[in-house]
Amino acid sequence: MNRVLAIAWKELMHLRRDRLSLAMVILLPTVQFLLFGFAIDTDVRHVPLAILDRDPSPASRDLVRRLEATTYYRTAGAVATYAEADRAMREGKVGAVLVIPPGFAAASVGERTRQVQLLVDGSDPMTVGATTGAASGLAASLEADRLQIVVDLRYNPQQISAVYIVPGLVGVILTFTLVLMTSLAIARERERGTIEGLVVSPVKSWELIAGKLAPYVVIGYVQMTLVLVLGALLFGIRPGPGVGGLYAVALLFIGANLAVGLVFSTLARTQGQAMQLAVFFLLPNILLSGFMFPIAAMPDGIRQLTEILPLTHFLRVVRGIILKGATLADLWPEIAALAGLLAGLLVVATLRVRRRLA
Amino acid sequence: MSPTIAVSGLAKRFGDLQAVQDVSLVVQPGELFGVLGPNGAGKSTTIRMLCGVIDPSAGSGTVLGLDLLRESEAIKRGIGYMTQSFSLYADLSVGENLRFWAGVHGLGFLRIGPRIREQLARYQLDARIDQIAGTLSGGWRQRLALACATIHQPRLLVLDEPTAGVDPVSRREFWQLIGQLVRAGTTVLCSTHYMDEAEHFDRLAFIFQGRLVGTGTPAELAAAAHLHVGEGELADAAAVAGALAADPRVVEAAVHGRSLRVIARDPAALPAGLNPIRTTIEDAFVAATRA
Repeated sequence: MNRVLAIAWKELMHLRRDRLSLAMVILLPTVQFLLFGFAIDTDVRHVPLAILDRDPSPASRDLVRRLEATTYYRTAGAVATYAEADRAMREGKVGAVLVIPPGFAAASVGERTRQVQLLVDGSDPMTVGATTGAASGLAASLEADRLQIVVDLRYNPQQISAVYIVPGLVGVILTFTLVLMTSLAIARERERGTIEGLVVSPVKSWELIAGKLAPYVVIGYVQMTLVLVLGALLFGIRPGPGVGGLYAVALLFIGANLAVGLVFSTLARTQGQAMQLAVFFLLPNILLSGFMFPIAAMPDGIRQLTEILPLTHFLRVVRGIILKGATLADLWPEIAALAGLLAGLLVVATLRVRRRLA
Repeated sequence: MSPTIAVSGLAKRFGDLQAVQDVSLVVQPGELFGVLGPNGAGKSTTIRMLCGVIDPSAGSGTVLGLDLLRESEAIKRGIGYMTQSFSLYADLSVGENLRFWAGVHGLGFLRIGPRIREQLARYQLDARIDQIAGTLSGGWRQRLALACATIHQPRLLVLDEPTAGVDPVSRREFWQLIGQLVRAGTTVLCSTHYMDEAEHFDRLAFIFQGRLVGTGTPAELAAAAHLHVGEGELADAAAVAGALAADPRVVEAAVHGRSLRVIARDPAALPAGLNPIRTTIEDAFVAATRA
């Protein structure tokens, strides 16, 4: 029994001297609880909605208010044409578009049944379920008013979930392996004492970073190609002509993940710690990036937080290109965000590595 | 010829800790220069400052004729460095380790192959070129580490505790290899906490609690200590040692079984029955740290 106590005491002493692990012991469950307890809501609400109002009138405004009152929609703005509506959806700015036809108000005084159209982004199955459900509920309550809401699913009309998941997997797998692998890069050198030799050598920090990351860029492309090929073979998901653009944007995304791993690597003293940090980073990526749960359903604050994850932006790019046939021009805000994140992460990584080399 | 290392007043402070204070050194080309001191004395910090890895808090000087403060990058290119941990990659082969360090030191593509073959031959590693470094025994690992540290033919080789934790036979072989390098014209700066290695050095510096407490050839340091050392077997060795402990003229009285060894600053303080023996570097070091 004394031996058990002695060992337990020794472990506590280790922890006391190992501030990072101690912080992880406390922070990991706390942060995860806070983030995931509040952020994850499969009941998708507040889907951004664009209005294509061909008959601006008190009646049309009333319908929009009623849709908003279901809390499943949040008006994100007006569009003037179908082309504009399509673009907003392709860029991922809106999850649905309500189309109010000309003569809508006039028909409300007559006897005819009125129809409005709801275009829904079918590339996101959870959004589809929630929005169409809410729309048909509303339509039922409006039956006395002879209002019909015709739901028109755009992209992935058969709602095959693999079609939604596979492109997202490209991003998730890249994040997983790249962050994990590079997080060990510097930590391993420290643990084995080989960093001593590098410190005295003429190697500069940027050279060390570039040299450490280059092989993983190749690995990243290999993985991405593998997932895309499997997606085409097993699920018949053809990436389409935009795939060249996808490979170009992937460089930003791969670089951002590698920089994250490298920063972790300089923070950790051992490979074990580095791995813990990497796992800590992966969980929010899976849960908050929009890979599994729509970002639209997340509360304010969390939604903004998801924007700092490279995966969030890359998923929009990958789904935009593969599922919606979007072009790089459609996706420029995501590409700019990825480039910004990459630049910032590289600066942090370089500063950290420089400190490690001194 | 200008000295390979000439620094004065070097100091390093880490927060509240004064790690190194007022270190002034001159090392001439072709010298095998030792830095001796116990663990934690400031040897590594001093060496890291001399290699241009950390900036001194105070002091200045030149290494390989380059300014320590302004030209640290150039200094790094000119020196070879080897530590206790050897900086070898255990999962790479002998040849791959050499190739890596050749690359790190910027050897040209055409020079790498011939240089690796030269080093393999010089350190008798030819037969082990494909062996994984992690499976080498201590002595061979040390050879490989030395081969890696000298792959770019540095004019100054810096060794930080290269023999710590190495078996006595390998240590002896190691000093022979270092001797060859020095005869070939390489200047070597080496730290150690093994006092019995002091005799290998042309000149050495004692470092204790972050300060230099003596510099010179081994013979000079032994002579400059002005010590009188006696050794012999006494029936009541322990009792005599106990009595000597209070004598301010006595530096140390050590009992090994029935044998007594006394270091004193005054020959009159040596008890009768002891035979005078030569002052060792270790004796001089002990005296320097108790001054």
